[in-house]
Amino acid sequence: MTRIGQCLDKLKVENRKALVALITAGDPDIESTKNIFNVIDDSGADIIELGVPFSDPLADGPVIQASALRALKSGTTLKKIIALIKTIRKNRNLPIILMTSFNPVFVYGENQFIEDVVSAGVDGVIIPDLPPEEAIEFSVKAEKQGLDMIHLLAPTSTDERVQIVAKCARGFIYYISLTGTTGVRTELSADLFDKVSLIKQAANIPVLVGFGISTPETARDAARVSDGVIVGSAIVNLIEKNSDPSQRSKSLSEFVGSIKQAINEIN
Amino acid sequence: MDNKTKNINLPDARGHFGKFGGKYVIETLMPALESLEKLYNEARDDPKFQQDLKYYLNKYVGRPTPLYFAERLTKHFGGAKVYLKREDLNHTGAHKINNTIGSALLTVRMGKKRVIAETGAGQHGVATATAAALFGLKCDIFMGEEDIKRQSLNVFRMKLLGAQVIPVSAGTRTLKDATSEAIREWITSVETTHYIIGSVVGPHPYPMVVRNFQRIIGDETIEQIMEVEKRSPDMCVACVGGGSNAMGLFYPFIQDEKVKLVGVEAAGFGVETGKHGATLSHGSPGVLHGMMSYLLHDEDGQVQEAHSISAGLDYPGVGCEHSYLKSTGRTQYESITDNEALEGFKLLSNLEGIIPALETAHAIAHVAKVAPKMKKEEIIVVCLSGRGDKDVNQVADRMGINL
Repeated sequence: MTRIGQCLDKLKVENRKALVALITAGDPDIESTKNIFNVIDDSGADIIELGVPFSDPLADGPVIQASALRALKSGTTLKKIIALIKTIRKNRNLPIILMTSFNPVFVYGENQFIEDVVSAGVDGVIIPDLPPEEAIEFSVKAEKQGLDMIHLLAPTSTDERVQIVAKCARGFIYYISLTGTTGVRTELSADLFDKVSLIKQAANIPVLVGFGISTPETARDAARVSDGVIVGSAIVNLIEKNSDPSQRSKSLSEFVGSIKQAINEIN
Repeated sequence: MDNKTKNINLPDARGHFGKFGGKYVIETLMPALESLEKLYNEARDDPKFQQDLKYYLNKYVGRPTPLYFAERLTKHFGGAKVYLKREDLNHTGAHKINNTIGSALLTVRMGKKRVIAETGAGQHGVATATAAALFGLKCDIFMGEEDIKRQSLNVFRMKLLGAQVIPVSAGTRTLKDATSEAIREWITSVETTHYIIGSVVGPHPYPMVVRNFQRIIGDETIEQIMEVEKRSPDMCVACVGGGSNAMGLFYPFIQDEKVKLVGVEAAGFGVETGKHGATLSHGSPGVLHGMMSYLLHDEDGQVQEAHSISAGLDYPGVGCEHSYLKSTGRTQYESITDNEALEGFKLLSNLEGIIPALETAHAIAHVAKVAPKMKKEEIIVVCLSGRGDKDVNQVADRMGINL
């Protein structure tokens, strides 16, 4: 079992919900990402997801798109991100997930990518534009190396597709809370509970909810019906707004802490 | 299966053309792609749908378009006989409407009330807005700010047709970014909206659907050339941005292996400058906009900016079936610079009284290079994909003329 499985199992035993925090690696630069990572870890994130910047991220709203551009401008590459994770791993033990568009992986070379990220200490990958149908070979290779290929499901997913994804999902299922791109939203969709329940019947791994989770309230509501939440744009927003490192650490720590507290209050 | 049949029976059930094509999209869109494929296959086999399509193509678009022997151009080159497949004579002035009429009919069949589209030169935007007006659909067109500047005439046409033109300020503010933004909008509104892609690009089944709506170009050409020349042409030439007019002309000729199929890409300022749109000639395989195909990208997999004087060829990707055909050697791809295209633009205007689109001028410019070296009894068919009214301001500007 990977660190992701162990982490989610432990939370389940403790009757707690998971908080996954997403940041774009290299925003505003690689060195800052290391500090931001540590602050978020210390503030209570259970899993950290590092976004690999891509020139044309199709599933992302304006906030993450802009952060990817800043990261690319600061010279961030997949190689540099892998090297950064290697350094971080020396004294951090929480699960790390890489979230990336497929093209940077394809160009890097799928085998080489899996080998390098696993040896750097990455536990799982989310590749939104690599659905199960296109991920067949990649998933087999990843599983052999102990890398969780995390798949997504959406409000539009049919029962048939829920079954397909339930079969091949590793780590957890990432449920996209809304029909749209990533970003800050004030409300959750009404059928979240029904859809997540349906997925939980089909799959025997945890289901986490992401996209649009941006406040303690939406996090609490989403965590109530699932095994945890993924928060991205709201965190990236804070990184953009606070260029002063100590101010940035303070506001990140407060925000992540507030989400953590909200989902801990459920039971 | 021999090579000939192999080339024509694609994509396979998973939407692949060899290693190219596929469905590289987020889960949110997968169900819509599956139902589009199912709906399209049903429509294709439905005589009523085919009858409706034929009716609108004949009575509204004005098909069949003529295959015109360009006598003066032929004489000027002093070599192969040059025929022009006059897609510029279609309603709205380009081949794009072959696809948008078919796709709008599919939208009606789905029961959706809104369409969205991306556009570069504005031709696909105009053709989509036109079909939307014809069938009473709400229409939003995504267009890069740079292209809005270059193609103000088409922007106004779209608005007149009742469409909303949404400026895209991301990235290079051209076709690539307009496409990304249209896909994002589709991710958000997929339950109520059909996305009409303007070329043989995107996730399966789009490259197949658009090709099949455009193959009428090649199907008519075969009939028309047989009537006049009693034989197949020796060469077919078409410009390639995403590559839909080229795919439409080439597809019915794929099994006729004596016919050379040549796609002409934009060399922009010259391929050596790095500022070009010659994806097939100078790119490498990659994944963008839902498909695996040739792509202009750097060693980290970041997509590069394309450049062309023509907004329709200013795209770092290309249709996946072109990538496949290139890999089998069935087609070949050449490139033409901005300046050469301008010469082609002027040449056709002067000699034949036909002002071509700047995209099409690339194909003409390539023919100007090869026709003189060919024998007088040899035949070239060029897809005259669009008319050039939309480009007149820009060309005048390049010539230093203040209108």
